[in-house]
Amino acid sequence: MNGFWIILVGSLVACSCALLGAFLILRRMAMVGDAIAHAVLPGIVIAFLISGSRASLPVLIGAAITGMLTTVLIELLNKKGGLQEDASIGISFTFLFAIGVILISAFTGHVDLDQDCVLNGQIDYLPLDIGSIVFLGQSIPRSVWTILPTFLIILGFVGIGFKGLRLTTFDNEFAAAIGVNVALLHYLLMGAVSLTTVVSFEAVGAILVVAFLVIPPSAAYLVTHKLKPMLVLSCVIGILSAVGGYYLAVFLDSSTAACMAVVSGLIFFSIFVFGKIKSVFN
Amino acid sequence: MAIFEFLSFDDPGTQIVTIGTVILGAVASIIGCFTFLQKRALIGDAISHSVLPGICLAFILSGTKNPYYMLIGAFISGWLSVILSDWITRTSKIKADTSIAIVLSFFFAIGMMMLSIIQHSGNVNQAGLHHFLFGKAAAIIKEDVVMFLYVAAIALVIIIVYFRAFKLYIFDIEFAKSIGLPVKWLDFLLTTLAVLAIALGIRAVGVVMMSALLIGPAAAASFWTGNLKKMLLISAIVGSLAGFFGAMISYMRPQMPTGPWIIIVLSVIAFTSIVMGTEKGVLHKWRKRQAFKNKVLRENILKIFYHLGENQEDFLQPRTLQELIERRAYNKNEILKGLNQLKSKHWVDQTESNHWALTKQGNIESAKLIRLHRLWEVYLSEHLNIAADHVHDDAEAIEHILTPKLQARLESVLKGRTTDPHDKAIPNLNKMDK
Amino acid sequence: MGINSKRIIEVHDLTISYHKKPALWNVDFDLPEGKIIGIIGPNGAGKSTLLKAIMGLLPMASGYIKIYDQPLEEIRNKVSYVPQRGSVDWDFPANVREVVTMGLYKQQKWYERTSQKDKENVESALEKVGMLPFANRHISQLSGGQQQRVFLARAMAQNADLYLMDEPFAGVDASTESSILDLLGAMRDEGKTIVVVHHDLQTAKDYFDHIVLLNTRLIAVGPTNEVLTPQHLQDAYGGKLTLLQEVGELLQKENIPTREG
Repeated sequence: MNGFWIILVGSLVACSCALLGAFLILRRMAMVGDAIAHAVLPGIVIAFLISGSRASLPVLIGAAITGMLTTVLIELLNKKGGLQEDASIGISFTFLFAIGVILISAFTGHVDLDQDCVLNGQIDYLPLDIGSIVFLGQSIPRSVWTILPTFLIILGFVGIGFKGLRLTTFDNEFAAAIGVNVALLHYLLMGAVSLTTVVSFEAVGAILVVAFLVIPPSAAYLVTHKLKPMLVLSCVIGILSAVGGYYLAVFLDSSTAACMAVVSGLIFFSIFVFGKIKSVFN
Repeated sequence: MAIFEFLSFDDPGTQIVTIGTVILGAVASIIGCFTFLQKRALIGDAISHSVLPGICLAFILSGTKNPYYMLIGAFISGWLSVILSDWITRTSKIKADTSIAIVLSFFFAIGMMMLSIIQHSGNVNQAGLHHFLFGKAAAIIKEDVVMFLYVAAIALVIIIVYFRAFKLYIFDIEFAKSIGLPVKWLDFLLTTLAVLAIALGIRAVGVVMMSALLIGPAAAASFWTGNLKKMLLISAIVGSLAGFFGAMISYMRPQMPTGPWIIIVLSVIAFTSIVMGTEKGVLHKWRKRQAFKNKVLRENILKIFYHLGENQEDFLQPRTLQELIERRAYNKNEILKGLNQLKSKHWVDQTESNHWALTKQGNIESAKLIRLHRLWEVYLSEHLNIAADHVHDDAEAIEHILTPKLQARLESVLKGRTTDPHDKAIPNLNKMDK
Repeated sequence: MGINSKRIIEVHDLTISYHKKPALWNVDFDLPEGKIIGIIGPNGAGKSTLLKAIMGLLPMASGYIKIYDQPLEEIRNKVSYVPQRGSVDWDFPANVREVVTMGLYKQQKWYERTSQKDKENVESALEKVGMLPFANRHISQLSGGQQQRVFLARAMAQNADLYLMDEPFAGVDASTESSILDLLGAMRDEGKTIVVVHHDLQTAKDYFDHIVLLNTRLIAVGPTNEVLTPQHLQDAYGGKLTLLQEVGELLQKENIPTREG
């Protein structure tokens, strides 16, 4: 049963990330996703110190605020400060991430968070989760109760906003010209990415979440020609990575989150190289 | 106090650590200037995450933490990440930023996977390998510093030999190509330097935040100077300061990772530079704007005097504050501020407590401005076919900024004009008695 | 302006700065309804900037723009826009029909499937531009001319009264160029107004009824034969404006606001 929960949480993280990541890569915002994933850390830690529990509402809010703060800080450095964009991104998120790591180091022992958890997540310890909830005679790890609603929110957001997201992603200028509120959609998307990153953080850590955001949608993008199939395939690849990663981790006695990300990378490069070989033969 | 113990450098270990972090801070920052100017901050981030599997593999294969093996491992996997992301971008529809993110997260995941395997393997030598994630300056030993010196020397030689070529290549790649510079070779060298800098820096900063040591000092320096050599110097100072600080923290709080502290110091320096920098800092720009506003205010007051003088055919007659305010939407304080500035230039005199008059020089200055304004109006209406009732606002803006050179051009284009489109006389400066 | 034609666009004292450099300076004109209107001028004259300003995509330093004597917001559904073909990523995962359907975004609710009427609209727009046989083709497989037709179809599906097109003739083959021209003629005959940014002076006199000649400033505006005089062209293209351009560069270099503020 332990394996089942790990695979389930991994799959839900992968699907939430894949749905949003598809839009991020098409909007050329992959690195902004990377920046947000790093930058939510201080928000998580501070809210955690105050509320004393992981994955609670205050933690979500704290992290969402820092996620937004990152985009604001990047804009501020770039537009008001006159610093070039790549450096603005690079400095903003490392700065916020550094604050988060220092806070964690300073309060080690006080809180149930450590450096390893920042990088590898807690998915390996999922079955030991003390807050397990019993449902239909089955003890369900607490993580499932945070990641499942998040996945449903993301699914709802992408479902309702599909046409708008598709239009603004393909042709933002045209969308603005016909009167679509492009800024609103942009910030909603950033908010959704922040939310997903925070919730996924607990399972897979701050950096590996980038792999889930970017790699499955990129692999799907290589082989699909329409957006809906691309989204579905991204999720399928995400789930395959979660399953494959779990067994790889068991086999190698290694970090489950890292192995899931590695498997998604292997799937991407298999598709990529296969495409190259195919084009050589055609 | 721990800080005084540190600063006394009694402990030879502390000396070594400090020398080591200062060197690597300086070298990484110098190389980082080129990365920054090439606008490749994000590929720097990818490289720094990507060196992790190389380090782990070097450890797995050698079984030791020999700094040279680690450097070679880091160097190879760092370079591989550049090649791979470049290959994806070049041969598929995936865009550059996405391929960077793919390679970054994939390599980092492999690194984390290996690290986890090593940690579970029970190898006694592995203790401390995880310091490569967030950095630990205190772990630097004499052997490391010797290696830093070798690498720093190689990097500096390359930079000195290729300095002018790099400069040309970064500022204008097309021009560099056209004069036959080996741009591919230069690009190879610059990437190699960046990978080297990162491979060095991770000892103190760690792979997760190393890109900031590359970019931060350069970003800070760019707000203080526009000159490349000075920029290299300033960022080297900033980088070594950050390195020094990292060593201090590591001494005082051994359980703390050094990387985040170095990054905080760097970020604070960078943010301060963005505000205070004398080249393009926010404050500098603000002062320049204020100075311009003051100039506009002074010049507009001079014009008020001229207009009043034109109506009454007496330019030097003293005017009351009230008369001046009536002509333009300035409040009393603004007018007084402008008048005082003009007074210190000796263009205006305060004849009585409430009366102000142009001096002779002030009269000439006001006539110059009016002449410029009216010439520009003529130019707009005759050469650009703009209706006479649309030219005034534009001339209001232009009169304050035209350089003497452009003014001379304007004069020669409009030679011999004596009236503006509203049939007002254009003042002739030659006829004015000095 | 002809006696019979109403004023459709009013641009009043418009100034727009781009990275501190004035891209349009004190531009002031009206345009008549029911004509094919060209915006002509050398590179960097601010042609696309003007179009984007009319579409409300750029902040104005001064002035205002009205369409049918109303601000754009009031009348947006009567206006359609065709951006430059190169402004989007044609590797985007979508086919031709999907892109054209995107033009109807404002008319559709998120929970509704595309209605029969909308579908017919899309089909007829595709038909008019000759892209119906390619409706299911992925957009990355299109030629430049075909991409341009898809963009036109997307705008036409909106059934607007005023069409603003940014360089629709750039980089398309000769047959596409003449078929686009026929299409524009047909649209005008239905009473639509089409404003086209165009860079080729040679073809301008054959293509357009009315012309706006720009070079940062407005050089001339009016019926084609009145505007394309040697004198005006000399003013727009003949380097006479160097003084003005130097002033523009000065403004940018000194980082000075174009208007006192």
